[in-house]
Amino acid sequence: MPAEYVPILILFGLAAVITAVMVGGSWLLGPRRPTPAKTAPYECGITPVGSARERFPVHFYLTAMLFIIFDVEIAFLYPFFVMVRDLPTEARGFVIGVATAFATLLIITFLYELKKGALEWEDPVEHRRLKAELKNQ
Amino acid sequence: MTPSELGWALLRVAIVLGFLLGTLPLVIWFERRAIAWFQDRIGPNRLGPFGLFQPIADAVKLFFKEEIVPANADRFIWSLAPALSLFPALVAAATIPWGPNRLLTPVADVEIGILYFLAMSSLAAYGVLLAGWSSNNKYSLLGGLRASAQVISYELGMGLALATAIVASGSLRMTEMVAIQAEPLWGVVPFLHNWLVFTPWGLVGAALFFICMLAETNRAPFDLPEAESELVAGYQTEYSSMKFAAFFMGEYMAVLTISGIMTTCFLGGYLAPVNWSPLQSLAETGGGIFVPLATLTGALAPPFWFLLKVAALVFVFVWVRATLLRLRYDQLMNLGWRVLIPVGLMNLALLTVYLLYGWLPALVGYVLAIALYAIWAGERARRVERRQVILYAEARPYRRAESSPSSTPLSEGKGLPQEVLHG
Repeated sequence: MPAEYVPILILFGLAAVITAVMVGGSWLLGPRRPTPAKTAPYECGITPVGSARERFPVHFYLTAMLFIIFDVEIAFLYPFFVMVRDLPTEARGFVIGVATAFATLLIITFLYELKKGALEWEDPVEHRRLKAELKNQ
Repeated sequence: MTPSELGWALLRVAIVLGFLLGTLPLVIWFERRAIAWFQDRIGPNRLGPFGLFQPIADAVKLFFKEEIVPANADRFIWSLAPALSLFPALVAAATIPWGPNRLLTPVADVEIGILYFLAMSSLAAYGVLLAGWSSNNKYSLLGGLRASAQVISYELGMGLALATAIVASGSLRMTEMVAIQAEPLWGVVPFLHNWLVFTPWGLVGAALFFICMLAETNRAPFDLPEAESELVAGYQTEYSSMKFAAFFMGEYMAVLTISGIMTTCFLGGYLAPVNWSPLQSLAETGGGIFVPLATLTGALAPPFWFLLKVAALVFVFVWVRATLLRLRYDQLMNLGWRVLIPVGLMNLALLTVYLLYGWLPALVGYVLAIALYAIWAGERARRVERRQVILYAEARPYRRAESSPSSTPLSEGKGLPQEVLHG
């Protein structure tokens, strides 16, 4: 069984060598003459302001967490996907029942997440502010 | 493992790597040339016949260019990121069969073929995210965040789309998926192959997979991570020389690999559209010159059809890039979460109904689902108002530093976030 995976290991080794050559090649071959202006972060020509290690909207974290939940749930469904084609008749009721219950949970989670606005990318505060400003004009 | 087995394995690895690295300049040339034609330009045409050697010359030039490490960058992660986006692209194609000969293809016909592909392709998200974060550049950070959120969101849809092929073939093995599509069309029409895309569930699955594969490879119209009009070059902004090229090579190899996956799972893999095998055996019984001719076509036809389908998909990638406009970020996320996931789940449920209860309930289900969707979409289109959309301002922390609370009149456009767009 593990013998099947030996070619993949060979591929991994060769791919690692190619990657190392590609990424390390210019480090060996190219010149290195850094100046403060050259190494400054690119901000369209003006002097950079502050650091880029900044806070960013919590929405990106939220998306990542929801992804993990859903990806794991879909991965749990994969064994069902593989066996559904050749399901013996007597096992049908049980397997379908379990899969339906699981999928129902998945859908309820999904609807809850939609209702809570976890997937809203529009900023309600900014939207209200802009609306008021437009009215004042 | 015997030496001869090892030799064949090495040959298989060499073929796949050689194909990926050898086709890469061709694909890059084709994209630049085709985009130029679409835009009524000429494109690179100086170096070699039709400008074919242009990408190779570019690569050689980039090898000898200076590598500028941005100040305050996390050097180790900054160097690791391009490797992390190149390596998965090189290894992801290992389980794709491009012919019937198991000695030559695929590299490893493992039982978890499709899971292997999903695992390797999702590794690429790390490269993009780490590149964005480690560069110490605001454009890079925003590009990296957008890219990682986009890639993980569309991976769900992609998993569900590929599940269609898994349910239809009852296996995760890629050769099994091709074998299942070699049956007669819909089980009745002889001489035609039952490509998954010719079935209703396969069509829906293929459409979902196509959308997801554009998003997974960060190609237009989902190229927000490298939106040049707002983020310079996104996560690649601070990269130069061969590290910059590594991202590009990773992207184009991912395009090739993912086209191969779509071909294998939905478009019949290396199978021809028409089943020629009766003709083949007829030629073999004919004797004389026909026998070597039949052997030759039998050996060359499968890779030819596979490569033709992959090439057609690569052309569609370029075509879509030349035609469609870039999406807005909330539209992108809404498409990924609110459309692709429910449609994918519904499609799988109806496919299960077909397998267990026959085609009539499944057909009724499809008609009902499409009707319900049409009503819902029509209702939504009627209610939608023309208004300005303000996204959660990704760049707000940086703007706050320059003070001036948002009382500036709109006409000066100062207090206005970058993301104000007309919806």
